[in-house]
Parts: sequence; C-alpha cells; structure tokens
Amino acid sequence: MTADVTTDSHDIAVTVNGTQYRRTVEARLLLSDFLRHELLLAGTHVGCEHGVCGACTVIFDGVAVRSCLMLAAQTDGHTVMTVEGLASDRDHLHPLQQSMHDCHGLQCGYCTPGILMTMKVFLDETPAPNEAQIREALSGNLCRCTGYQHIVDAMMLAAERLRG
Amino acid sequence: MKPAPFKYIVARTIEQALALKAEYGDEGRFLAGGQSLVPTLNFRLTQAAVLIDINPLTQCAGMQNSQPGTVRIGALTRYGQLERNSETARDLPLIGEALPHIAHPQIRNRGTIGGNLAHADPASEMPAIVLALAGRLRAQSQSGERWIPAAEFFGGALSTALASDEMLMEVELPVAGPRSGSCFMEVSRRRGDFALIGVACTMQFDANGLCSQARIGLCNAGDRPILAEDAGNSLLGRNIGTAQIDEAAALVQQAIDPGGSIHASKEFQRHLAGVLTRRALTVANERSPREH
Amino acid sequence: MTTRKFGAPIRRNEDARLLVGQALFVDDVELPGLLYAAFLRSNVAHARILSIDVSAARARPGVVAVYTAADLGSYWAPGPLLVPPPPIAGIIFNQRTQVPLAKDKVRHVGEPLAVVLAESRYLAEDALADIAVELDPLPAVVDLEKALTNASATVHDDVHANVAAHLRQSRGNYAAARARAAHVIARRLLYDHGASSPMETRGVVAKWDGRADQLTVWDTTQAPVFFRNGLAAMLGLSERQVRVIAPFVGGGFGPKIMLFYPEEVVIPWVAMKLNRPVKWIEDRLEHFFATTQERGQTHDAEIALAADGRILGVQDVFLHDTGAYNPYGLTVPINSQCTLLGPYDIPNYDSTFTAVFTNKPIVTPYRGAGRQHGVFVIERLLDIAAQELNIDRAEIRRRNLIPPDAFPYNNEIIYQDFAPLSYDSGNYEPILDKALELIGYQKFLAEEQPRLRAQGRHVGIGVACYVEGTGIGPYEGAKVQVQANGKVSVATGIGTQGQGHFTVFAQIVADQLGVAVTDIDVVTGDTDQFYWGAGTFASRGAVVAGNAVNEAAIAVRQKVLKFAADHFECAEEDLEIADGQVSVVGVPGQAIKLGALALKANPMRGAVRPGTEPGLESTQYFGPPSGATASGVHAMIVEVDPQTFTLEVLKYVVVHDCGTVINPLILAGQIHGGVAQGIGNAFYEQLVFDEDGQLLNASLADYLLPTALEVPRMEIAHTVTPSPLNPLGIKGAGEAGAIPVGPLFAQAIEDALELPGKKIELLEIPLSPNRLFELTTK
Repeated sequence: MTADVTTDSHDIAVTVNGTQYRRTVEARLLLSDFLRHELLLAGTHVGCEHGVCGACTVIFDGVAVRSCLMLAAQTDGHTVMTVEGLASDRDHLHPLQQSMHDCHGLQCGYCTPGILMTMKVFLDETPAPNEAQIREALSGNLCRCTGYQHIVDAMMLAAERLRG
Repeated sequence: MKPAPFKYIVARTIEQALALKAEYGDEGRFLAGGQSLVPTLNFRLTQAAVLIDINPLTQCAGMQNSQPGTVRIGALTRYGQLERNSETARDLPLIGEALPHIAHPQIRNRGTIGGNLAHADPASEMPAIVLALAGRLRAQSQSGERWIPAAEFFGGALSTALASDEMLMEVELPVAGPRSGSCFMEVSRRRGDFALIGVACTMQFDANGLCSQARIGLCNAGDRPILAEDAGNSLLGRNIGTAQIDEAAALVQQAIDPGGSIHASKEFQRHLAGVLTRRALTVANERSPREH
Repeated sequence: MTTRKFGAPIRRNEDARLLVGQALFVDDVELPGLLYAAFLRSNVAHARILSIDVSAARARPGVVAVYTAADLGSYWAPGPLLVPPPPIAGIIFNQRTQVPLAKDKVRHVGEPLAVVLAESRYLAEDALADIAVELDPLPAVVDLEKALTNASATVHDDVHANVAAHLRQSRGNYAAARARAAHVIARRLLYDHGASSPMETRGVVAKWDGRADQLTVWDTTQAPVFFRNGLAAMLGLSERQVRVIAPFVGGGFGPKIMLFYPEEVVIPWVAMKLNRPVKWIEDRLEHFFATTQERGQTHDAEIALAADGRILGVQDVFLHDTGAYNPYGLTVPINSQCTLLGPYDIPNYDSTFTAVFTNKPIVTPYRGAGRQHGVFVIERLLDIAAQELNIDRAEIRRRNLIPPDAFPYNNEIIYQDFAPLSYDSGNYEPILDKALELIGYQKFLAEEQPRLRAQGRHVGIGVACYVEGTGIGPYEGAKVQVQANGKVSVATGIGTQGQGHFTVFAQIVADQLGVAVTDIDVVTGDTDQFYWGAGTFASRGAVVAGNAVNEAAIAVRQKVLKFAADHFECAEEDLEIADGQVSVVGVPGQAIKLGALALKANPMRGAVRPGTEPGLESTQYFGPPSGATASGVHAMIVEVDPQTFTLEVLKYVVVHDCGTVINPLILAGQIHGGVAQGIGNAFYEQLVFDEDGQLLNASLADYLLPTALEVPRMEIAHTVTPSPLNPLGIKGAGEAGAIPVGPLFAQAIEDALELPGKKIELLEIPLSPNRLFELTTK
C-alpha cells in the first residue's frame, strides 16, 4: 500500500516558554523551523540541520535536544523551552546569560542560544561542576569564535551564582 | 536540507504500532529517537513514505530486573535515562563505560537503545556491546514474538534479522556476575564521533582463576558489528597474561574486515583493533576479581 | 575625569540582544509574501552542460518560478575581480571569475545551475528533483602538479595548463647567499587549510519596493558597501536606490567578504523580477561547496644558513590551489609569499609561485589568508636547521630575529596591498622570552621531559614565531553624533561578525565625549546609516575604522567644547567633559548635559552662523599609509599516545604584540578563537577531495570542527609596541591566533614521539592519528 504524503498535516498544541500554541503543521516540518518561522521565536538558531552543531538546542520536556532532529508534529502535548524563555527582558538576564556577558563568553553569538539551553539543564543537574565536566557537557555545541575558554569560565561563574 | 514529504502517524499503543508496521511494511519506518534517521531525512539520503512515531509507548522505556541475573532494557529507553540511572554502572558497567563515547548529551537525551540496535550501524557502540554481552533481543509482530540472540541479530550493511512487520521491543543482557570483568574502549577523532575502532570485551573466570568465558565485540571493524569469537575462545581455560592477550589481539586483527575511511585507513583500523584489544583485555582482566 | 575606557576589559554592548535571542540575523528577516529559493547545484566537478529542462519543476504546485542562466539574459556576467594583481614585472595573471548560474560548463561540484522559487524552502527543495540536467562529464582537474601538464584537462578552455597566475618576487641574491652557506636544507612541504565554517552559513534576503524604487538586501556579507555599489551597477540602479544591511552575522572569518557570490547576484534580481521578497539561506551541505574555502599549497623550499644558524637566504617555489575561479586575485598566495619571512632578518629571498585552476570550490581568504602556509615553511625549515646544526629550537629563532633598532624594516618585496612589505614597528625578542618563560621551556626540556619519558610518557614541546600584516587600507569612515537624549550614535561602513565592534568603538568615543560605553550605540553594516567604506578583512576593523571613529569623536569633542564655551561664555580650557555633561571646572552648578547641548546646536529659531553646522556630529575618515605588522609567539606542550596517535595539549601559551590594546577581554577572545581554528587546521579539519573532485566529507560529522574537548585552556600575555602608522597605535589581532598553530603541532608532536632521532619529519598539515600512523610505521 502506498501512502498519500502530499498533504499530511497535523493539529498540535504545544507549550513553549509557558505559552500554549495551537497550530496546524505539515508532517515534515522540523521543530527548529516551526519555532523560528511559525512561532517567530528566532532566537533558536540553525547551524547544520544534521544534529552536530548544537545551535538549535532547546529544552524538550526538561531535557536538552536538537530541534533540527525533531518534527514539530512530535511536540503535540509537550513542553518546549527556548532561549526566549530564559529571561523576561534584556535588563533581567538569567545568571547563565549574565555570566556569559561578564566573561565575554560570546562573540558572533550565533551558537549562544543553543549553549544556554544545553547548560541550563546541565547546571540544574550538576550544580557544582568542574571544568572537565563543563567541557564534556559543552562538547555537543560547536562554537567557531571563542575557542570555548570564556564559555567555560562563564559556566563556572554561573554555577557559583546559581548555587547562591 | 529539509526532508522530503512523508506521512506521519502516531502510534498510541503497541498494538497500533504493530498494526501500522504490518500495514506499511518496509515503506513504514519507526520513528524512535530519530537521531540517526532524521539527519538522513534532512539530507534526503533516506526517503520514508511513512513514519510511525512510537515515542508515546513509554511502557517500552526503562530497565527491569525481572529475571535474576539479567536486565531488560526497553527499546524506547534513551541513553540519557541509562546515564542518569545508577543501576547502569552497577549492573551493566560495560554500557556505563561506553555511554560518554556515544555522541553528545543532546543526542543521548533523545536517542534510544532500540532505535540504535535496529539501525545496526556497525560503527555504533551498542551493537558491539550487546554482542560482547551475548544479549538477546525480543521482536514482536501481530503474529507473535520471538527472541533473537545478538549473534544472529545483525546482518550486513545496516540490516538486521527483524522482519518488515516486526518491532524491536527490548534487549536482555546478563548482569555483571562475580569473578567477571569488562572494558569498553574506543578511539575516535573527537569525543562523541563514531569510533575509528571500538572494543567491548567481557571476561569471566572460574574458581581456579582460569578464564571461563571471554567475548570481544568490535565497532567499525567490518560491514556489521563484529564478535571476534576465535579471539575470545583462545582465552578459555587459561591463566590470562600478556602472552594470552597478545594472542587474542592478533586473532581479533584476523577476524575483522574494516572498511577504511577518510579518517582511518584499513591498516590503521586493524592496528588500532590490536592496540585496543590488548588494552581492553588487560583492563578487563585486572577488573575481574578472582575471589567470590 | 572618569576612568579611561580605552584599554579596559569592558563587557560588550552587543551581548544583551544576542543573549536573549533578539539579535537580528539574516534568516530572522520575515516579510509578507516571502518566497524561498533553492539552487540546483552540479553534482560533478567538471562537465559540459548539454541541457537543463526545468519544465516539470515549474509545474510543481507551490513553485513560482525556475530560472537558468539563459533566463538571466544580459544580466548574466562573470563577477568582478575584487583585487587586481599587483604591478610587479613579469607577473602572469589569468582572470576567470565565477558566474551567477553556470552556462556551457560546470567547473566544480556545487556550482549552481538553476534556481527554484517556491512558497517554502521545503517545496523549493522538492522541485530541485524535478529538474532534468544532461551533463557531459570531463576529466576533473584535482592534483596541482598534474594540472600543469600538457596532458591535463583544462578548467577554463582558453587557459593553457591551468595556470591562473605566476609571480616571482625576490630580495638580494639567493644564489650568492647559497654559495657561501655552511649549510643548506631543502624540503618539500605541504600545507592545507580548510573551510571557515562559521556557525551561521551565508544567506541573502532581497526586497524590491516598487513604490519607492528601492531595493533592500539583507546579506551575511563582511563588505556591505562594496556589495551595495556593485549590485547597483549590475541592476542599473543608483547606489542610493540600494540599501544593504549586514545585520548580526554569525561569524565570517574571510569567506563572507567574497563577492559576488552567485546567490548575491541572483536573489536581488529575482526579487525585482517577481516583485516579491525572496529569501535564500545556505544550508550546511551547500556551505561546503558554495562558500569559498582555502586549500593546499605545495612548497619546494630551501634555506641557506651560516654555521651559527643565521639565515643567509631562503628560496621557495610553490603551487597554490585557487579552485575553479580566482575572483580574489592573488591575496592568498602573496600573503604566503610575504609572511614566510616572519620576524626574521632574511637578507636574500627568492620566491616564485604558480596559482593553479582546479575543479574545486573557489579559494579566497580564510582567517590567516595564506599566512599559515608561509609560516609553516619557515618554521619547519628552522626546526630542521636546529636539529641538523644542533642548536636549540628557540635559540635558532632568537639568533635570526629582526633587532628592535631595525624598524621600520623593509623586506623589499610587495605585500597584498601593493605597498612594500615594510614592518612598521616591533620588538620580537621579549615576546619570545615571555613565551619561553610562560611555557617553562628550559625546565621542561631539562627536567620534566626526561622525568615523564622515564615514566613511559610521550610529551613534547614546541615554539613557533610569526608576524601578521594587519590593518591595510584603503580607508574607513565613521559618523559620531550626539543624540538629544544624551546618547551618542556611531555609524561606520564595515560589517561586524562578532569582533566586538559595538564595544571597542564605543570605548574610543567614551574617552573623547565623557559618555558611558553603554550609552553609545554603534551601527555597522547598514549602507543607509553610513555610505562609505571597504569592509571587515585583513584584521583591519579596529585599526582602520577604529581610528576613523577616533577622528570623528575628536571632531565632535571640539564642537562640544566650542558650543559649551559660547554657552557658558568661558574659555574652552575651563571646560571639562565627563559623565555625559560639560561643566565649568571649579564652578559648581555650571554644567550642561550633552543632549541638551545637542538640542541647542540645532536651534528652532535664529540662524546657524556661516561656517558652523547644526548638531553635534562629525564624519571623518582614516586611511593608513600601509599595514601595521603584529607579531607573536605560541608555545605548547603536548602528550601523544604512541599507539593510537591521539593527543592531548597539556599547556598552550600565546604571547602577542598587536600594539596598543583597546579591550583585553575582547582581544583574548579573538586569540582564543584563532587558536581553536588553528588547532582544527593542524589536526582535525581537512577537505578531502577524490580524484573526481568530489568532496568526501561534506558534513560537520566528518569535517571535524574542534569542540570544547579538543581546545585546551590557553594562557595569554601581551607586549605592546605601538604602531606609528595610526594615532591610536593599534595593530590588528583577528587572525593572529590561527597562524602559527600548524608548525607548532608538527614540532611538538615530533618532539613527543622523538621523531628526529628516527629521521622522521612532519612536513605537512593537517596531521591526524591516521597520518601519524602512516608516517611513523612506514
């Protein structure tokens, strides 16, 4: 039996950064494209679309995942957090963001949202990491500008601040 | 890099998943973690007519010690779940040791054990581990279920013994026993990349300190995950020292047929297989308590 | 007076927008009625085009248009030559630039054949499969030496033996130097450099506004003004009808300076033709073919030495792979030719190169821009010389450094900016000393290495020197303007790709105008905000645009003082500018905020007196007479597994002199990132082409960018030798980190594995575990 694939669309209800969105999406629409171009949450960036660079990392049901390797249709009934959910505005940065600013942890800033999402979950689970653990946690996020050193410094500082 | 069109169907129950697989056969692909499948869809290297999303089948996720001496890992268990479960390192130290080598945290958070085994990438870690542990895998279809020994599960070039209407449900692995040891090692270009060569080995010793069981599985050493049986058997009944390990490593080098790639020539892969086998067997040997 | 901002580790103005996901990148531009483009690209490296049938694609639902070269009509033309060949006697240069859509022939995999416009990128990609292309394959030109033979196929039918260029430059008399040398070393060295791989690929969005006769293009370019000018000319528009915006750009590293890419030509044309906005975003697969790269050079080099290790002369003959076209002229091979000389006094030099057309993607500058290749040659030759003459590796370098009293030091050959290769200033020995001290060179060799070797560990040390020509002309400009709300706006024509321009330019202005750095808004990359300029390349942003900003800020400061002196009826000398206001020194309460003064300078009544201008603003330009030469030394300790050939960098030190430092925090970031790319180049990244010109590793899974686990922690120190060529005394720093890493790896790995004792030399980059296995076991 051959499936008709020309107009396979799905109604979804997904909670992103605490807001529920109802949309009709084509089956093949990638979650990264859905967030960026349907919900206009363009802070999530796309770097490779094959799951290597980590720029598109979002938090899906509490864990960090590549949004280029998920379908928008798969988020029906689930929750997603993107970089836009981290701070209410530029004047109230999350400690992770503030630490990245303080340590010069970003240059072009393109990989930054994915790094923030990865490290948000990591620091929640690992409140007192050492440098090796941070580098391990970061290893799925490519950055071409910083050489990672200032990002690592920022994460050490953020961990300290989050511990209070 | 956007996927070609496909039909997407969510399976809410196992019965529904099996019915859909029976209906669509080879045209229908299960979508588990999607961490291998979706990149190939994005590159348009794979065109799936139908994706059957089995992620809602949460009953197929998790570790169970239902039988003494064995652990069953549900097909939808994600690497990240194993990583966060302290029982993994205790009962399945080989997997615990391999997990940090498997891609990156975000991939492990999504990728599933079943999806990985069914994908049967010869360079991947889990198939070699399941071979080294002599695990068995449960397949189910509308017409029933069957257990497939690991050694019979993997075919050539990304193929398995699963029939077109079957779904991989779980894998059963022996718990690390007394007087046993294991070791996983791999060499990759960067941490998280596919192994140039990976070695998973298990050893078991009898009360006299002689090797009673040894298995060596290899990643990226041929067109399928490889169990170097002669190499493992060469250790049986012997007191293990450098000479025995060297002999086994040489047999491993004979047993494999690496394909070579831009990252490692066949010769280098063969060399690495020898090096890593020696190192991994040495560690596994040291890790095996002779007393119980 | 408030604390001086210039020189302080100020946190960046641009960060907040980026951190909350509100910075605009090209793919973030959403417009009503947007169409999406996808390009059909050649899947073979070299072929004649027999036919292209797009009728089925045009008929696919959701597809709005499909175009091939034939549809472009008279708009179709080869792109411009960006950098003409330098005026040097005997030069050969065969200009062959890229075309918007291939006509007659394809010359590399990925060359575009057709463009599809559809209602979504997904649909556009679907339609690519509908296009039927008939190609008659030709033998691919891949190997440089074979390309130069009579038997080779030719990339361009009318360019015999694929010679893109040939150039000889010399100084002194190498033959005479060689004749009196105590020692001569000749080697063949291979240096390959890869793809810049910014995390953001390229992209173009174009919108034609028929009501205003105005074209707006958002582009990931590093050179918005050049792009605007060229685009207007091609489309028959005035420059003022075209606005180019390079918004936040996710890394460039050189290839985004290239223009005109085919997509930059085609997308604006389509937007005008269809009267609909069009978006094209390069995907990662396309990036490996459609964006320019750097690649390999083969050097046959010879060094003549006195018995004490002093260099008497160097001769080098090399081949340079320029890819299928050469739109960037000879910048890369000339950089190789010039930078080979390094910080050393080399009185006799004879260098000849041949640039070769191949059926591979186009080569244009990528961070370092050929400098790496030259530095690799001289540094490796010195290592071998040290070995053969039994001189310490650091010592042989020290003996050859240009002494501090020799500056300006003229190398008597021509640099990429056509000016003589003259080093403006430098003091090299303290840099070497500092690096050796930080890495613990003597102690490592005398104590640690023997101790670790006794433990069976394989550890080695390396030290490599380099110079970097930076901050070349022609010029940049800047407009500084005090706003009524007291903030200051700065606009300049360069683009920014993460270098921190919004902050360093603000620091320069803050000191002149007494305004907080955070109250200074910098705009780059928008041709409607600043009309003139060249672009961000050759480590020149801070040097050239920075000095223009400084000149403009000084001019505004003078206006502020003049207006305020009139206002307070006092002398300018009695005034102080600080904390966003001008006050009369010693007279409490006599102060006016800059914003209020700006309002007064734009009066609603009364006349502006002749000779004065409204507002507190100034536009100034700066053009340096020639480039400023930065310098540095990297040192590293590495441990190698002698069986798996994997390695771990145990310590990495950079000592660098880029003149006066504007912001040490940002400078450190530039160095860190450069070193990371250098490490990628040295040991991980290689574009692997097969004999058919197919790239075998066109994905980030196989083209190995270093992760946080491959890049070590680095220790950085600076020395400061100001440049006399600009008032701020600064030199560029953008490329320095990446330049000497290759020879450093080769040297340290050789040392770790004790290869000199085994008569094995590492004469190529990149290295890899596989390559080390091959080299050490055969």
